[in-house]
Amino acid sequence: MNDKLMQLLGWVDARFPLTKMWKEHLSEYYAPKNFNFWYFFGSLALLVLVIQIVSGILLTMSYKPDGVLAFGSVEYIMRDVDWGWLIRYMHSTGASAFFAVVYLHMFRGLMYGSYKAPRELIWIFGCLIYLALMAEAFFGYLLPWGQMSYWGAQVIVNLFATVPFVGTELAEWIRGDYVVSDATLNRFFAFHVIALPLVLVGLVAAHIIALHEVGSNNPDGVEIKKNKGPDGKPLDGIPFHPYYTVKDIVGVIGFLIIFCAILFFAPEMGGFFIEHPNFEPANPLKTPEHIAPVWYFTPFYAMLRAVPSIAGSAFPGVVVMGAATIILFFLPWLDRSPVKSIRYRGLCYKVLLALFVVDFILLGYLGVKPATPILTLIAQIGTIYYFAFFFLLAIIPKFEKTKPVPERVTG
Amino acid sequence: MKKLIVAFVFAALPALGMAAGGGVQLQKANIDLADNASLQRGARIFVNYCLSCHSAAYQRYNRVGMDIGLTTDDGELDVDQLKQLMLAADKVGETMTIAMPQGDAKKWFGNPPPDLTVIARARGVDWLYTYFKTFYIDESRPFGVNNQVFADVGMPHVLWELEGMKKAVKKTETDADGNEKTVITGYEMVTPGSMSEQEYDQAARDLTNFLAYSGEPIQLKRKEIGVYVLIFLFFFFIVAYLLKKEYWKDVH
Repeated sequence: MNDKLMQLLGWVDARFPLTKMWKEHLSEYYAPKNFNFWYFFGSLALLVLVIQIVSGILLTMSYKPDGVLAFGSVEYIMRDVDWGWLIRYMHSTGASAFFAVVYLHMFRGLMYGSYKAPRELIWIFGCLIYLALMAEAFFGYLLPWGQMSYWGAQVIVNLFATVPFVGTELAEWIRGDYVVSDATLNRFFAFHVIALPLVLVGLVAAHIIALHEVGSNNPDGVEIKKNKGPDGKPLDGIPFHPYYTVKDIVGVIGFLIIFCAILFFAPEMGGFFIEHPNFEPANPLKTPEHIAPVWYFTPFYAMLRAVPSIAGSAFPGVVVMGAATIILFFLPWLDRSPVKSIRYRGLCYKVLLALFVVDFILLGYLGVKPATPILTLIAQIGTIYYFAFFFLLAIIPKFEKTKPVPERVTG
Repeated sequence: MKKLIVAFVFAALPALGMAAGGGVQLQKANIDLADNASLQRGARIFVNYCLSCHSAAYQRYNRVGMDIGLTTDDGELDVDQLKQLMLAADKVGETMTIAMPQGDAKKWFGNPPPDLTVIARARGVDWLYTYFKTFYIDESRPFGVNNQVFADVGMPHVLWELEGMKKAVKKTETDADGNEKTVITGYEMVTPGSMSEQEYDQAARDLTNFLAYSGEPIQLKRKEIGVYVLIFLFFFFIVAYLLKKEYWKDVH
């Protein structure tokens, strides 16, 4: 029996690099042995992507992308489709989980300098994934066709209307109508279920291929390929499979415990994962009192509102918001320090990074609050620090006292 | 007639601004979704007083019947009991729709009365409970009533024959900015209804309970399943952790 299987494998291998790929990416992909807690989030992001795709396919079977039917079809899924409520909550909780996991994954990159040479392309592919994910979430949020879906889309599309000269036409072109309407819903559905998932999957493949080409960074920021044994294998490396597959299973179960606790006991997450006004059907004639984006967009929304408009145009705010995401792409060249890991960097980097995290969370909090003069001032300071962080990274290495980086990974 | 319609439309206009709590202290609904008797009473109030103008169009009668315990001893749907709720429907599998055309409704009330299937998820149960309890006489309004948490609501006090009609006791306050405003401090019964105050509180709670159920019929079951899922995952976590430890024994 085993012989037959080996024969079959040989037959496949002569035609498709199955064994070669298995070895390259799993059984003989050497990962540093000192990955810590922060290294769970890459595999978790992949898990959430799969959850979203599978639950999304199932939702598409009963959802109707139609201005009249959409809201009702979601309730149909919640009530009449067997386990429809579970599928829908998997998808809605999954959306928030995706951002939570990706934010933590990006933070890991910041802590251990994973964006630095030779991993700049991994970082750039990652930034593109983040952008695609934001677009994917934005398009998907319109689909339930509730009040917040509708007015959130209205606000975001109107951002494009602020572009000088061509803004109005640009916004119309995006909506396919003068207001957000059935035409908008249909095209957003197309983007959400076909266009962006294709882009996302492609980018994720590029992200992983680039990673496996150069090898993983680690909490010490040491290149394990510099220290190879006589067999040509990195001394501090262990095969991804089985070591990290079994370790990641622990991470996956840990994640699923939190994920399921939310899904089964607080799927609305107090209005942060599913907003209360979204249980009223979209009504173009009735603007909600307070329009707040979902939590993962709020830091950028706070920046948008923090920038004063010039000559009655909110365009500067839009530019700042866009710049806040684009600046991430330049991080590998902005940070000049030769030391990767926070473990061997100076105190000032640690303080700057800690402040950056506090700042991002603070901006996120401000983004859900109605703007008041004092909160706007805080948001302005927060926005300035967000950008200042990146430029300070270029300056501090000049006087930063770093610690010596060890030759081999520690513990 | 035309004048009346115009008056209705204008009367309902402020309702467009979606009145939230308006700073009013909401009263705790204290509902219990596991209390089938309460859900059944709430369902009865709902079909008798709400379901002529408001639909619950995503909800099916037979599902409601099964969920709130209108069942026979062997757990089957009790169609005879359910039929008492079906004032506007023939078949048990129908959704809780209404016959009032949307166009007419818009003319009569300014805004068509919203579907109530998921209203509890939009407004919250405490808001609904307070809303049912804070209708008061206001002759300036088209239906002669106003509401404390939903100012200038376009809806009459349909439960008045149960609660009675009350007037608001108001007092003028000056806020921090020196602006005078009138606040409601309490209510005085003018025409008593068929229920005592306690009975009406319970009725409002039952109705809120039913609407909370209607917002998400699966919610009790969902939490029940969730417990088993988490128990399974905790065990799986231990097994996965031990497996990892076993594999990693030789990594130094």
